[in-house]
Amino acid sequence: MTLLTELRPVSRLAEAEAAERSSDNETPGAKPATGAAGTPKPIPIVVISTLTVAVILGLWSLASAHELVSPVFLPSPHQVVIATYNLIVTGFVDATLFEHVGASLYRIFGALIASILIGIPAGLAVGTSRIGRGILDPVVEFLRPLPPLAYLPLIIIWIGIGETSKITVIALAMLPSIILSTSAGVRSVSRDHVNAARSLGATPRQVLVQVVLPSAVPSILTGVRIALGAGWTTLVAAELVAATSGIGFMIQSAAQFLVTDVVIAGIVVIALIAILLEYVARLIERRLVPWASHR
Amino acid sequence: MSVLSFRDVSLRYPPRAGLRAANDDRFVLNGINLQVASHELIAIIGRSGSGKTSLLNLAAGFIAPTSGTIAVDDVPIQGPGADRAVVFQDDALYPWLNARDNVAFPLKLNGVSRAARHERAQQLLELVGLGDAGERHIWELSGGMRQRVGIARALAAEPRFLLLDEPLGALDALTRSRMQELLLRVQHRSGAGAVLITHSIDEALILASRVLVLSPHPGRLTAEIEAGFSAEVLAGTPTEKIKASPSFKRLHDALTSLIHSLPNEAAA
Repeated sequence: MTLLTELRPVSRLAEAEAAERSSDNETPGAKPATGAAGTPKPIPIVVISTLTVAVILGLWSLASAHELVSPVFLPSPHQVVIATYNLIVTGFVDATLFEHVGASLYRIFGALIASILIGIPAGLAVGTSRIGRGILDPVVEFLRPLPPLAYLPLIIIWIGIGETSKITVIALAMLPSIILSTSAGVRSVSRDHVNAARSLGATPRQVLVQVVLPSAVPSILTGVRIALGAGWTTLVAAELVAATSGIGFMIQSAAQFLVTDVVIAGIVVIALIAILLEYVARLIERRLVPWASHR
Repeated sequence: MSVLSFRDVSLRYPPRAGLRAANDDRFVLNGINLQVASHELIAIIGRSGSGKTSLLNLAAGFIAPTSGTIAVDDVPIQGPGADRAVVFQDDALYPWLNARDNVAFPLKLNGVSRAARHERAQQLLELVGLGDAGERHIWELSGGMRQRVGIARALAAEPRFLLLDEPLGALDALTRSRMQELLLRVQHRSGAGAVLITHSIDEALILASRVLVLSPHPGRLTAEIEAGFSAEVLAGTPTEKIKASPSFKRLHDALTSLIHSLPNEAAA
């Protein structure tokens, strides 16, 4: 037992490193590759994934080359690339691809800022006060399971079809996960951490700001990541209903004129941006709370 | 010169529904009388479940006694305060702060300027032998180093009393004996009184001027032993030599048989 406790800090580091490695390599418990000795190295997951994408693209090319499906419905990958190029250079429905993406990103980040400004204080209230919890719990629980598109029409009736209504809908979709992750983070604060601060002379307010809030940051960031995902989904849907720009609007317009290559290009762009956002969020997380994996 | 005192302190769990009210078994601590003065280090030993940590939590003000008073210089305590800084068994350092900012934490609470608190934190880190570890992350430090940061952090609050909750309990034997000496020197230099909770008889005898034995169910202080070994440690006598001396062995044996004669938690 003594041995185990001695090794604890070291093994924690090792675990974290192993987790890191396993995300882009094979399982942490796998045997080390034995170079020249004979046993073949297992194929890295990256290679398998790349192959999968290549096969899908290949099948797609074959299907469109042999016109298994009408090109109106399934343009070739080549056509989609050309469409993407044209989107970037000349654009579609009065705006280039970057202008559409810019309009969408403006909405999503506007909504993100709004939902963080409201969600974190609300989450603190839920996590630290009985009254706050009593007040906000029903609101959050009502909002959380609702598909945003269900209240989109109502928001449009109330606020109109401008930017505000879209940002409001996206922010509402983001709010529950930010509130819930903040309150979960607040509640998970270590009792020793709080007691240490109190015994070192902290006022309740200082405990909240200096101990509880920093403790909750990893959880809040996870919430923001989930919120970004939810917001992105809602954004595209909201733009399908009422918008004059944005990537969702672009797809919707293209679909009405059966410009399938633009539809597919739009879908790919949406996916790529979502992946990029997730990646940036993870990067920020690693920068901001490097200690989260060492608790 | 300050005095931390317990007067007829008892602590019991709140009555549970369905259980009869006057149930003696639910007293965690009963009839505790205790005085600790500045400069002195007392140790409280007892088996797990004897209420050692509850006693320390009472002194810290984390919990309130069911009856009796806990006072510093005859002023009853009203909860936790910087006059009674706690060093935790599980270090309780803040992982989002580096070692130096952890030590500076109490100063930050007091609104000390950044430059001044960095300087003071650096002095304290040097005092515990970690002068060049200030910039390091908490998770990069070994268990012994973390506890030294924890001790430095407690001292930064300039407490009148240090409450030490088995601070060396999770350390390996070698680190532990080195840390004992460091702890004693640092406490002696700070002039703060100290209450050390431990389950190690060796540690209690080496560090404390008085060793108090807590017997379980309900927790009572059943014995008090004067031990003068800490003065020898401070004078520079190696702890191995002290532990080998006949007088140390005699006290050690006496305490061991005393603790073994107490009812253990399984019997309660």
